[in-house]
Amino acid sequence: MIRAVIVMNTQGKPRLLKFYEFQPPEKQQELTRSVFAGQGALLSGRPDNVSNFVEADAIFGPVIFSSLLFVSFVAEITKKKKQEEFKEGTRLVYKHLATLYFVFVFDSCENELAMLDLIQVLVETLDRCFKNVCELDIVFNFNKMHTILDEIIFGGQVLETSSERVLKAVEEISRLEKSSSSVSFVPKSVSGRFGR
Amino acid sequence: MEQLKTIGRELAMGSQGGGWTGQSKEFLDLVKSIGEARSKAEEDRIILREIESLRRRIAEPDVPRRRMKEYIIRLVYAEMLGHDASFGYIHAVKMTHDDSLSLKRTGYLAVTLFLSDDHDLIILIVNTIQKDLRSDNYLIVCAALTAACKLINEETIPAVLPQVVDLLAHPKEAVRKKAVMALHRFYQRSPASVSHLISNFRKRLCDNDPGVMGATLCPLFDLITADVNSYKDLVISFVSILKQVAERRLPKAYDYHQMAAPFIQIKLLKILALLGSGDKQASGHIYNVLGDIFRKCESSSNIGNAVLYECICCVSSIYPNAKLLDAAAESTSKLIKINPDVAEEHQLAVIDCLEDPDDTLKRKTFELLYKMTKSTNVEVIVDRMIDYMISINDNHYKTEIASRCVELAEQFAPSNQWFIQTMNKVFEHAGDLVNVRVAHNLMRLIAEGFGEDDEGADSQLRSSAGSNNSQDTYHPLVGCRAKLSMTGNWEKVNSYLRILGEPKLPSLFLQVICWVLGEYGTADGKYSASYIIGKLCDVTEAHLCNDTVKAYAISAIMKICAFEIAAGRKVEMLPECQSLIDELSASHSTDLQQRAYELQALLCLHSQAVESVIPLDASCEDIEVDRNLSFLDSFVQQSIEKGARPYIPEIERSGMFSVSNYTSQHQHETSSHTLRFEAYELPKPSPTPAAPQISVSTRTTDLVPVPETTYYTENNQASKLQPVLDASSADHGIKLHLVGVQKKWGRPTYSASSSTTSSSEKKTNGVTHLDGVSLQSQGTLYDSKGQQSEKQKLAASLFGASAGKTEKKPTSTQRAPKANTATAERPGVARAVSPEISKQKAASSPPPDLLDLGEPISTTTPTIDPFEQLEGLIGPTPGPSTLDNSVTTSEQKAPDLMALYTDTPPSSSSSISSGLGDLHSADKNSPMAKNVPSIKKGPNPQDSLQKDATARHVGVTPTGNNPNLFRDLLG
Repeated sequence: MIRAVIVMNTQGKPRLLKFYEFQPPEKQQELTRSVFAGQGALLSGRPDNVSNFVEADAIFGPVIFSSLLFVSFVAEITKKKKQEEFKEGTRLVYKHLATLYFVFVFDSCENELAMLDLIQVLVETLDRCFKNVCELDIVFNFNKMHTILDEIIFGGQVLETSSERVLKAVEEISRLEKSSSSVSFVPKSVSGRFGR
Repeated sequence: MEQLKTIGRELAMGSQGGGWTGQSKEFLDLVKSIGEARSKAEEDRIILREIESLRRRIAEPDVPRRRMKEYIIRLVYAEMLGHDASFGYIHAVKMTHDDSLSLKRTGYLAVTLFLSDDHDLIILIVNTIQKDLRSDNYLIVCAALTAACKLINEETIPAVLPQVVDLLAHPKEAVRKKAVMALHRFYQRSPASVSHLISNFRKRLCDNDPGVMGATLCPLFDLITADVNSYKDLVISFVSILKQVAERRLPKAYDYHQMAAPFIQIKLLKILALLGSGDKQASGHIYNVLGDIFRKCESSSNIGNAVLYECICCVSSIYPNAKLLDAAAESTSKLIKINPDVAEEHQLAVIDCLEDPDDTLKRKTFELLYKMTKSTNVEVIVDRMIDYMISINDNHYKTEIASRCVELAEQFAPSNQWFIQTMNKVFEHAGDLVNVRVAHNLMRLIAEGFGEDDEGADSQLRSSAGSNNSQDTYHPLVGCRAKLSMTGNWEKVNSYLRILGEPKLPSLFLQVICWVLGEYGTADGKYSASYIIGKLCDVTEAHLCNDTVKAYAISAIMKICAFEIAAGRKVEMLPECQSLIDELSASHSTDLQQRAYELQALLCLHSQAVESVIPLDASCEDIEVDRNLSFLDSFVQQSIEKGARPYIPEIERSGMFSVSNYTSQHQHETSSHTLRFEAYELPKPSPTPAAPQISVSTRTTDLVPVPETTYYTENNQASKLQPVLDASSADHGIKLHLVGVQKKWGRPTYSASSSTTSSSEKKTNGVTHLDGVSLQSQGTLYDSKGQQSEKQKLAASLFGASAGKTEKKPTSTQRAPKANTATAERPGVARAVSPEISKQKAASSPPPDLLDLGEPISTTTPTIDPFEQLEGLIGPTPGPSTLDNSVTTSEQKAPDLMALYTDTPPSSSSSISSGLGDLHSADKNSPMAKNVPSIKKGPNPQDSLQKDATARHVGVTPTGNNPNLFRDLLG
């Protein structure tokens, strides 16, 4: 399963944090920091020409629940083995795009290369949604970003892999939200001030 | 934050695209000020201030709903930055009760981010979720499902479970797939509470919507991981789904980078790998579709590689299928080619196994090595095997290893020299355990391998003398072939004499030693006949040997005596030799007796008679047996005329049958003990290393009709003709040089088709030359002091071949066309220009021989590009020498791994040897490139040289169409 999705900028400021296992805010900060500049200087110290995949057991530790517990209930015998597997298998894959790092943290059940491409799916979807996405889109619309992510990953599992269908779903949501609420949430003054 | 300066534009774009989530000015200001914060402390201060104000304002009564929504979002933002916003949780929970879709979604988003599944507030949400799951608006249902997935814990599952199960049949596919996922999540959390609902997953697998189907694969994967056997029946369904996916039956929306739904393929392959593991029947269903996917996969894109990787994993975990394994291995090797370093770890693992104290592991490793032996790594592997063979005591296993050594050596030996040395070692340590045939093979090789030794001696001399000067020494040496060949064998004699000092030797090995001493012991005059004879007598005494060895020894003594007599020297019979002869004349073995008497008889013969009985070094000559005994015809005629009875054929004599039978049998018996004077069986054109290398120096070449070696005969004629021709020094040199060249280029070697390298060797001469270079560098591996550890070296020499080959590709493609054009250019002109050319060549500096590099093991290079040499000749005057030197140095410097791994991009900083790799490749390419134009536009002499090259290429190369041209060249 996918354990977390982290989007942060090149200075290490989080832009979106989504942990599929609950982490208290302090822990989230700690994890984000160590992903950015952890032991052996993770993202911040990595040159561009090295692998996008990083062993992340040291940071994320064993899976707390979900797959692990589930397995331990169903098959007691394989429990220990599985535990070790999960413990060993946590990796993170990142993609560095413009000023942002997109980081997926996942366990050994997922195909690494597929995860790398799932980031691509996410980014492509964002790009189509925001028309040439940039960091600020994500800062200001991070609730929308959550919506998109929820359409792709659901409870740590890959729900939908077609960016076209994700986009359709998100557009549907925004359309219905608009029609259901009579009030405009965009104060005219803001767009007036920042518009050209 | 540079980009914040363009905030207006960016925001305009953002809100233009997003539209529905504009934020207030305050929020924008907040983001802006945080972005501009200089330090973490400043940022913290800003956020704390923000939180204070939020805390105050959120608690105010009658906050407008849209404002409240923004507050919540700002809280989420603050918490994302790491600050506690727990005071606002309750407001987020309240917001989920709101009727407005937008607010409700925001509320759900906030609570899923804020709360853990055991938070106290959960109980307040469960009710809302329950209600929302029944909502008519599917978006509300979706939001509720998302929240349920995150927030519902083991205790509250029963509260929402019925609704979720109902939703599995919801008309909207978005709801169905989220319901599947939610159910999966419940299952993960508490399998017991939903175990009765598992069948729903199976149903959803057949959902009309591919999205739902794809989502269902996630829970099924987990279920199958836990319990494979209950889901075997689904194999066929999975296979048919995968087939449909691979055939692009899914909607276009699922295509990703021209791949048909790769994510679904990957998931399916993972599942099939689990189901097919160790199950022949299930795997049987899978093979076909896997083959299809292998064919369709392109490794050009990242996702293509992902699918390919999953395919390989699947193939390796299901019940093995040879065809698929081949395909998988091929793809793997393609992947490894991208970066060969990744393979090194596994190679080292094999080496570690070799050094493991566990004997079983060692044996298995040797079995593996045996299987993967090819001409490039045979030396290392056989050396290891022999070392191991020496170390073990188990006779049975020793025999096996010895026979394997012999087999590998025969099949892949890079040179006769090496083969003979290896065989010596095998005999020395396991002589009693190997087949007699092997000994005969070895003797034959020693006899026939003159050219080979000669070659070895030549190359050693040449390589030691340096690049250019060596040419001078080389020419006369070729003229004195016979002498040199003696030197080659003298070394052997020497080494055998040394070995004889050992206390205990296997009898088979003693036989070989006796034979060699007899044939070549005195050939070079270093040892006196009496010394060798003394040694041979010692053999019979010191080693408790059987009759066969004695027979070999006495025959050897006979030969030496014969040679001495033939040379006109007097043979002094040593007392111990005399006593040996006496002893054997009284032996019980008739064979030994006969030999002893024959020796005594021989000693009394005249020197000419002796010479014709036992000619010098004629062990591989054919003895023509005149079965009709025609030379007796006149004698018979005379006798009949004198009244003798004519011969009655055997068939007509009835009673004599048994007697004749007996005699023939007896003859057969004796003959099996004697040396074989008839020719050894004709070499087959097959690529076994034991195939005799017909040397030009032996007189016997012509007698042995070897297919494929016609040009040797020519060659031989050439050298014979040589004195007849005008022997001006220039011509002499040139002719000899040509002879040498031809021999090197044209000689067919075993490796030509004996190994996996054959594919590359079949290409063009350019390629094969490079082959030689890389092989050479491999050969010097053990001499060079590389930075790499011993193990890595070993690994490289064991596994290197494949990696080494890849390196050549770019260079070969670059050169191949050149060779072709040269060949295409008027091959007919050659004859006309050749005399002038030879003069020119003689006048010019001795041709730098690029091929020197490959020389020490040049035997492995089947054909060597003549154009290499020509390029050296043709280039501008400084050209040849620099070219030559640079290549030489680079070859020497470059550690072996380089040759093997140079296809790692030189830019990769991690590679230790990348610097050397640069040097290496640069040297290879740049001088060549420089020379190309000079060939094209060279002045006249160069042109003619080129033509000469063309001619020689046509005439010399075994594959050439016109071998006669060469004879023409020689006039």
